[in-house]
Amino acid sequence: MPNEIAMEPRLARSGADVVIRIEGITKRYVMGATTVHALKGIDLLIRRNEYLAVMGPSGSGKSTLMNMLGCLDTPTSGRYEFNGQDVANMEDDELAAIRNREIGFVFQTFNLLPRSTSLQNVELPLVYAGVPASERRHRAAEALFRVGLMDRLHHKPNELSGGQRQRVAIARALVNRPSIILADEPTGNLDSQTGREIMTLFENLHEGGNTIIVVTHEEAIARHARRVVRLRDGKIESDHATAHL
Amino acid sequence: MRRLIYEWAESCRIAAQQIAANRTRSFLTILGVIIGIVAVTLMGTAIRGIDTGFDRSMSLLGDDVLYVEQWPWTPGEDFWLYRNRPDIKVADAGRLNEVIASTPNSRLRLAVPAPATMETVTYAKRQLSNVYIMGTTSDYALIGITDCRSGRFLNEPESRGGRNVCVIGLDVAENLFGADDPLGKTLKIGNQGYQVIGVFERQGSFLGLFSFDSQVVIPLASYAKYFKTGSENASIRVKVKDRRQMDEAREELRGAFRRVRGLLPEQADNFAINEQQAFRSTLEPVKAGLAIAGLFITGLALFVGAIGIMNVTFVSVRERTREIGTRKALGARRRTILMQFLIEAVAVCLLGGAIGLVLAFGLFTLVASLFPSFPIQFSPFLVFVALIISVLTGISSGFVPAWQASSLNPVEALRYE
Ligand SMILES: Nc1ncnc2c1ncn2[C@@H]1O[C@H](COP(=O)(O)OP(=O)(O)OP(=O)(O)O)[C@@H](O)[C@H]1O
Ligand SMILES: [Mg+2]
Repeated sequence: MPNEIAMEPRLARSGADVVIRIEGITKRYVMGATTVHALKGIDLLIRRNEYLAVMGPSGSGKSTLMNMLGCLDTPTSGRYEFNGQDVANMEDDELAAIRNREIGFVFQTFNLLPRSTSLQNVELPLVYAGVPASERRHRAAEALFRVGLMDRLHHKPNELSGGQRQRVAIARALVNRPSIILADEPTGNLDSQTGREIMTLFENLHEGGNTIIVVTHEEAIARHARRVVRLRDGKIESDHATAHL
Repeated sequence: MRRLIYEWAESCRIAAQQIAANRTRSFLTILGVIIGIVAVTLMGTAIRGIDTGFDRSMSLLGDDVLYVEQWPWTPGEDFWLYRNRPDIKVADAGRLNEVIASTPNSRLRLAVPAPATMETVTYAKRQLSNVYIMGTTSDYALIGITDCRSGRFLNEPESRGGRNVCVIGLDVAENLFGADDPLGKTLKIGNQGYQVIGVFERQGSFLGLFSFDSQVVIPLASYAKYFKTGSENASIRVKVKDRRQMDEAREELRGAFRRVRGLLPEQADNFAINEQQAFRSTLEPVKAGLAIAGLFITGLALFVGAIGIMNVTFVSVRERTREIGTRKALGARRRTILMQFLIEAVAVCLLGGAIGLVLAFGLFTLVASLFPSFPIQFSPFLVFVALIISVLTGISSGFVPAWQASSLNPVEALRYE
């Protein structure tokens, strides 16, 4: 890496600001005789309160990268520092703890527990964090308030619209005050109007100080972000600021 | 630690939800556990019942009494040998008491003759055949149960003088006299009239074989006058001073009775000394058989049940793969997931155990009300054992699928369709 030495002083200066720092990340999937190179050496630096969109054609490795960033998976090679901690070689349970404390996930398919209420769904990360029940309820209700679902606390997912479900999922991602929110095609299952509402919500969260990474296919969605990273074939094709509206 | 408790509570909540949401499936899977628990409690109760029934029966015989008789109680090897033994005579009891009296520090207290026979007993038009008629003395009060519901037991002058009086068991009284008061009435044993002077308290039956409530006791002298004393039911009952020294007492009695019989050292015993303890050993195979059968049924049912639960847990893990992925993404550790599915399996088993216990309890109450004399007992210990078995079944059947769930890769679990 030719510019690595040059980068070091700058990083040291603003190190406290860096949430994610990955260098030369690769991911290979071995399927019998064939090997899929999903990521072929990615470097990325993400600072606090950035709002980043990841774009790229289908199969370019966006989800693979997000899984890596979200500590759901470990890279085949490369370095990954999350808030200064080396996470590339962590054990399952250590990664679980990082995910619980530092990362909020928003999925395309919402992934709410079907038989639990909004409140119970949002409480779940706090259960795993060992927060007492009363504080849990309080914080879950607060998170649901922030996504505008104060009047749907005791609804189950099948009693909610798609947009409302995604709001519950966002509240769940927020509730443990993570360092970063990762959303893989959060509007993929929503109509464009509801999608815009969700993006407005992300906008507000960003203005409230959150760090957000969104994977999307749609330019219109990506325009909400301040920075766009384009992947192609497992590599970063471009990485620049958007002409934010 | 605190987190563990919260996770636990959350797992229990989810487990309850799952069971409720899949009621039919849950019920079908716990069938095996239900059967297993019913079987194990039934077996336990039956064994305990036999034990208590046995103890109750044994106390009727007295645990500090030895019986000198022609036949041993436990099945012996040579019928003809016993058959040809000399009769146990009433006079032998007196001679035995002399030997006891002349033995310093004897471990034996007293020998009481109790010859017995089977006779037909009649009163007015009612008739009972094969009633156990026993002749004895007032000393019998020292070795057997002589409590009377009405009237009294034989007194000394009666037993010596041979008046024709009798004390009758409760069943005899009810069958012959119905609602009438038997006291003072005269019944016939064979063709001799006997006046009823007492009715025994209910005593129960000995292992369901011999009912103490259908016996008639008459004075020895009277018995000797009208009945054959040397019948095979004849016995001399010997009270032992200290029940902790039964073995020594039995040896002493053997020597004493050999002296009474005038046996030479090289001659074998021509009598048997019986004690209630002998029955205990004959009962062991029955209990062991019950235990083996019960354990076999229990084991089989639990095995089938465990397989079922394992299967259902596998299905549940597969159905909820995405949920597992989501939970892992939200920070659930391996042991959290493991615990969640284990708790579900255990909860299903505990439910089965509880239902099994309720069923078994219902069965016992039914049996107890239909056959009040049948000695069955439902113990807290059995409840405890049943619940422990349920938990262990749950853990052993849920572990493999739960382990599988906990080891799922979060990315793959989330991608699962
Ligand atoms: N578990 C896996 N096993 C094998 N290959 C995989 C696996 N996961 C992803 N891949 C491959 O890695 C490449 C990148 O996949 P990825 O899911 O990251 O794409 P993506 O950019 O998210 O695409 P999309 O926009 O369609 O969601 C693809 O070629 C895919 O087939
Ligand atoms: Mg994708």
